[in-house]
Amino acid sequence: MLITRKAEFSASHVCASPQLSSEENERLYGKESRPHGHGHNYVLEVTLQGEVDPVHGMVLDLKALKETIREEVLDVYDHRFLNREVRPFDVVVPTLENIARDIWSRLVGPIEAMGSALHSIRLHESDELFVHYSERHAP
Amino acid sequence: MTVLTRRYRFSASHRLCSAAFSEERNREVFGKCANAFGHGHNYFLEVSVEGEPDPLSGMTVPRRDLDSWVEATVLSRIDHTHLNTDISEFRDLVPTSENILVVIESWLRQGSKQHLPGKALRLSGLRLEETPRNSFQIGSGESTCLH
Repeated sequence: MLITRKAEFSASHVCASPQLSSEENERLYGKESRPHGHGHNYVLEVTLQGEVDPVHGMVLDLKALKETIREEVLDVYDHRFLNREVRPFDVVVPTLENIARDIWSRLVGPIEAMGSALHSIRLHESDELFVHYSERHAP
Repeated sequence: MTVLTRRYRFSASHRLCSAAFSEERNREVFGKCANAFGHGHNYFLEVSVEGEPDPLSGMTVPRRDLDSWVEATVLSRIDHTHLNTDISEFRDLVPTSENILVVIESWLRQGSKQHLPGKALRLSGLRLEETPRNSFQIGSGESTCLH
């Protein structure tokens, strides 16, 4: 069974590669490359896969998952300028794809330590754009 | 696995009726969707592409490239049209959301070489909302190469 918990954070970023000129960055990232940054209200969906416990009837206590997301992601990302304040985005471009991969790497260990398994994450940058990310092999 | 989804909108009108059916049968099958002069919807289309992010840009595909592909192959053709009369694919095909999705998939595939040259992308899914209550999806789970 899959269970999903949703969370929100707000953050600003600039998408530009230091290896490219400002014209090349504008061509590649459009407005996302404007040098002083801009913000989004991100919506994060964290999906776990597991069996229903025969005693308590849950895959995992969602309160515990909520706490883990808060500690590992929201406390790090919320109301931050990602390029300046959140590693690895001092050296990695904080695209939606790279943020999703970083959030996966922050959550996968703690969720395993809780005895569950991270299935996938979905990260929405706006109503028009979201990414689905998983390092699990397709069944 | 990284799957990027972009959401677009278009508006179009249509009439659901089959030439193979009598007027009564069309009324029975399609209800008010068979009303003679048609009616319209604000559709939302979600296009999902799968691919490893480019190590330099950090993106599966630049948004601008994705947008120009969808704009050129789908939105510029379908937005503000009457599907039955303006889109040749629907001359003999009932423009249900199911059939609209099949036509949109073929347009996207036909235009992918021109608009997304050299990109190792897969079209992993399409989802169409006809109204906030009705949605249709193809390709979830399995994905096929665009080129």
